[in-house]
Amino acid sequence: MTTDSTDTRAQRRKSPKKPENALVSADRAGAGLDRGFAGLAKAAGIFILIILAFVAIFLSWNSVGALYQEEEGLIIGRFLSYAWPFALGTVVVAILALIMGAPIAIAVALYISHYAPPKASKTIGYIIDLLAAIPSVVYGAWGMFVLAPAMVPLYHWLSQWLYTWPEENLGWGIPFFAGSPGLGQNIFTASVVLAVMILPIISSVCREIFIQTPKLHEEAALALGATRWEMIKMAVFPFARPGIISGVMLGLGRALGETMAVVMVVSGLGFQLSIISPGNSTIPREIALNFGETGHGTERWHQLVALGLVLFVITLAVNMVARWIVSRHKEFSGAN
Amino acid sequence: MSKSITAKDLNVYYGDFMAVEGVNIEIAARSVTAFIGPSGCGKTTFLRTLNRMHEVLPGARVEGELLLDEDNIYGAGVDPVTVRAMVGMVFQRPNPFPTMSIRDNVLAGYKLNGARLSRSQADDIAEKALRGANLWNEVKDRLDKPGSGLSGGQQQRLCIARTVAVEPDVILMDEPCSALDPISTLAIEDLIAELKEKYTVVIVTHNMQQAARVSEKTAFFNIAGTGKPGKMIEYDETSVIFNNPSNEQTERYVSGKFG
Repeated sequence: MTTDSTDTRAQRRKSPKKPENALVSADRAGAGLDRGFAGLAKAAGIFILIILAFVAIFLSWNSVGALYQEEEGLIIGRFLSYAWPFALGTVVVAILALIMGAPIAIAVALYISHYAPPKASKTIGYIIDLLAAIPSVVYGAWGMFVLAPAMVPLYHWLSQWLYTWPEENLGWGIPFFAGSPGLGQNIFTASVVLAVMILPIISSVCREIFIQTPKLHEEAALALGATRWEMIKMAVFPFARPGIISGVMLGLGRALGETMAVVMVVSGLGFQLSIISPGNSTIPREIALNFGETGHGTERWHQLVALGLVLFVITLAVNMVARWIVSRHKEFSGAN
Repeated sequence: MSKSITAKDLNVYYGDFMAVEGVNIEIAARSVTAFIGPSGCGKTTFLRTLNRMHEVLPGARVEGELLLDEDNIYGAGVDPVTVRAMVGMVFQRPNPFPTMSIRDNVLAGYKLNGARLSRSQADDIAEKALRGANLWNEVKDRLDKPGSGLSGGQQQRLCIARTVAVEPDVILMDEPCSALDPISTLAIEDLIAELKEKYTVVIVTHNMQQAARVSEKTAFFNIAGTGKPGKMIEYDETSVIFNNPSNEQTERYVSGKFG
C-alpha cells in the first residue's frame, strides 16, 4: 500500500500531464487535501520544536554571564550558592502541592466518571473546570488574605507537636516545622494554594481518560464479582495509568512555573529549613520580583536568566521521567 | 457446586421500557442450555439478568423471581457482587485484562476474594484453571506475558479459565464464539462439553448449528416488533426445537425462513 502510493506520487511529479497509470488520474480531490493537511500538521509540529529551541538558546546564551565574567573567570560557585535555595524551594512547593492536590483531583475525577449520577457529574465537572478559569492573581489574593490567616493555628499546632515538644523531650525536633508561623505567609500556604490551582488540570485530564475505560474490561471485572472499587482498581486505573501520569505532570508543570500566586502568598526572608515560618522562595518568584529593576547585561541580570534556565531544565527533566515511567510497561499497556 | 436456575414470570425493564416479558424457565444443574433468536429479541438481556450484569445500565430492573437453586438472586438485601461471584460470565469479545499477565488474569477473581495465596497455591490454581480451559499447553511457557498477546481464540479460552478459576456455580456465555474463527470455535465448543460435567452452562448464540451441537435444551426468544418486549417463545429439548418444534415461529426461525 505505502510503496504503491509513493510510486504514484513520484510518477505524477515526473509527468503531471500524462500519467502512465490510469489509477493516478482517478485520485479523488480529497487526496490532495489529505496530503495538504499532513503537511500542515507536520509544519505545526516543527514550529513548536523551533520555538522550544529558541527559548533554550536564549536562556543558555544569556546564562553565560552568570557563570563567567571576563575579569574574574569562572564564577559557577557564586551562581550555585545563589541559585540552589530557589531551585530547592521551587521543587519543594511543587511536590507539596502535588501531594495534596493530585489524590484529591484523581478522587474527584473518579467520582465524576464512575460514582456520581449523570446529571450531578456534569455540574461538578463544570464547576471543577471553572476553577481553572480563575486568574492566579485572585488565587494569590485569596491565599494571602484568607488562607494564610486561617492556616496559622495549624502551623502553631504543627510547630508545637512536631518541633518544640520533641525538641524538649527527645532532644531533636523536625526542623521543617521549626519557628514561628507569623502571618502564615510561607511556602506551605503557597503549596496549598497551588494544590487548588492544579486540581482542575489533573482532574479534567483524569476524568477524560477514566470515561474512556473500555466497557468490556469494566464488565470483565464486575462479572468476576468485583465491587465498584475493585473494578476501578482492576480495570480503570491500569487503563488510565499513562493518562493519570500525564495529568499529574501537567499539574506539576503548572506548580513549578506558577509565579503570581507564590509572589503574593510567600513573604521571602531568605532560605530556611522550616516550611511553616516566613521565608524561602521559588525561582519564578525570584525572577518576577527582581527582573524589572535589574540592569540589562549586569551579572545579576544574567543570574536571573540562568535561574530561568534551571527551571526550564527541571521541567524538562520531570517530563522526561514521566515519559519514561509511561513507556516502561508498554508491553502491558493494552495497546497491542 | 453446580446449581439450577429457575425464572418465574420474569420481566426486565430499562427505565420504563419493558425489554423482556414473562419468562418462565427451569434450567437444570450440570447441563448446557442455549438461547437462540433474532437480534434484539432479549436473549442477551435475559442472560445478563442471570448474574445481574444488566444492572450496569442505569434504570435497569426486574420484576418476578429468579432462583439459584432455592435462593432468589433479586431477594431483598442480596448484593449483586455476591451473585456475580457465583454466576460467572464469558463475553462476546475476549476481554482479558490488558495490563495483567496470563497468570494474573487467571488469578484475578481469586484476588478479589482477598485470599492470600502462596506462590505454589497460586500456581496450582492457575494451572488447574488453564488446563480446564484447554489452554495450559499453549501458554505454560509464557505465563508472565500479557494476555493481550494471545490469539482471539486463546484469549477467549483465557477468559473462560479466569471464570472457572473461582469455581462458580453457573457459567453464562454471551455469544462466546462470534468473534472467533472456526477452529477456535470448535475448541470452545469442545470445552463447553467438558464444562457441563461440573457447571451449569447457559449460552447465547446466533449460530443455530452451534446450539444444536453443544446444548441439551434450547430456548427460542422472539420479538413481535420494534418497541415491543422480547418473549421466550419455546423451551424444550434441543432435538425437539430443531426437528419438531411445537410453535410456528420457532419452526420458521430454525428452518431459516426468517431471522
